[in-house]
Amino acid sequence: MLESSIQNPEEAALAKLIISTLNLEISESEIGPNEALFGDGLGLDSIDILEISLMISQTYGVQLRSDDENNHKVFQSLRSLSSYIQSHRLK
Amino acid sequence: MLPLIRPCSYDVVFTRKAGSSSTVETFLRDVAGLAAVLPDRGHVVNLCSDRYRFAVGFAAALCRRQISLLPPDNALSTLNLLSVDYPDLYCLAEDGQPGPGVFLYPSDAVGPPFQGTIPSFPPHQPAAVLFTSGSTGQPQPHSRSWGELVHSALAAGTRLGVAALRGATLLGTVPHQHSYGLESVLMLALQHGLVLDAARPFYAADIVADLSAAPRPRLLVTTPVHLRVLLAEAGTLPSVDLVLSATAPLSSEIAREAEARFALSLVEIYGCSEAGQIAARQTSHTDEWRCLDGIVLRQDEAGTWASGSPIAVETLLSDVIELRGPERFLLKGRITDLVNVAGKRSSLAHLNHHLGAIDGVVDGAFVASEDTDAAVSRLMAFVVAPGLRADEILNSLRRRIDAAFIPRPLILVDVLPRNTLGKLPREEVSRLLAQWRIRQ
Repeated sequence: MLESSIQNPEEAALAKLIISTLNLEISESEIGPNEALFGDGLGLDSIDILEISLMISQTYGVQLRSDDENNHKVFQSLRSLSSYIQSHRLK
Repeated sequence: MLPLIRPCSYDVVFTRKAGSSSTVETFLRDVAGLAAVLPDRGHVVNLCSDRYRFAVGFAAALCRRQISLLPPDNALSTLNLLSVDYPDLYCLAEDGQPGPGVFLYPSDAVGPPFQGTIPSFPPHQPAAVLFTSGSTGQPQPHSRSWGELVHSALAAGTRLGVAALRGATLLGTVPHQHSYGLESVLMLALQHGLVLDAARPFYAADIVADLSAAPRPRLLVTTPVHLRVLLAEAGTLPSVDLVLSATAPLSSEIAREAEARFALSLVEIYGCSEAGQIAARQTSHTDEWRCLDGIVLRQDEAGTWASGSPIAVETLLSDVIELRGPERFLLKGRITDLVNVAGKRSSLAHLNHHLGAIDGVVDGAFVASEDTDAAVSRLMAFVVAPGLRADEILNSLRRRIDAAFIPRPLILVDVLPRNTLGKLPREEVSRLLAQWRIRQ
């Protein structure tokens, strides 16, 4: 299941929120769940990460912290970010 | 001679990190210890991400009359390119950081017991070289002497009333390898007896936690983007005695909200890598900028020039400025070819050059977005490239330019409506954009 390249419903919802937060000109299905969010994947930068962190805090009540050892892993892909949110969400 | 640091005494705290602190005396011992073992070269790229280590490295380089290079990023390709122009450079690095001529920050380089003399350096000693990308795409070096850095920090401190905050903790969210971070985090702390918080908070929750951990009085050196995410936090924000913002214009609404919720005073600083910090304003009260003491502006057909101590050479500014007197002005946007996305600078000519160099791209142009309401103003691009998809072009661009400048959106067109001068008129751009939005 974890290897699946098809978005689950939570990932699809998160992809939609990321696209509207950052005004990306793509559709949510174009974000592969295992694709890198930085670099050759979506090519996001640190400003985008801040914008996404704000959206996550407002939508899911999850406050991201950079001293969290998992921080790099969290933003690796849509899947890793979504599973982090689902296991920490308050809303 | 100008001293490295102006503390009120040697046993006061100079830096604080994660609950522990060290004194000015320890800092000076660490500086002497590192200076004794640095390689015998002329230029150093200080890659230390830890603020305290960066400060020790910067000071130790000054002791050895070495010049700190501050490239726009620490990518290996950037550093390798830099070593062509500065063949004697080495990189002062922490574990695992790649770079040409890496010298690992030694964990055990403690100097002899402090003898009571603070190192001082002649005003003309070259201290740092900052880089901006010029219109050709080649990084342009801007040299800063120790005297310029010190006088700038003193002038800024006077304007900000930092004397009243002596002993305050200074927390920065900005990188120290940047003109703003070097001046408003490191130099401000060194020259005004402030305590340098070694943390580099990123997320809103980090900033709140680090501020809460620091005793008052405290200063926050940050950017409009960080302020926006901080103000979006629902909870109570820790009070801050002075907040500085720079890198991009701040709206008066955000400034007023920050002062209403947590900042006793919020001051915006205007500066550039070419000349350093130039002016300041309390954004909640006025949109007019006032030059730091000693700096004056004048205009001619080339644009607006800044001069006077602490700017060694009269410098042409890259913004459109409306002068209201030699020391008072309004900012009216950037000169068209230059772009600034979230504090990162480039020029349209440089970006267009990289776009045109992609195999299969026939014609293409980057355009600054007209959407002035967005928190971060991104770029868009129109491209003629039969046979290529937008994502293929974007992937090629990512390998060539900083992520901040990746166009949003990249719009494929059959032909660019250039006028007889080869330029892309603004109204044609608006028309293309409107057509594209309808198709979406």
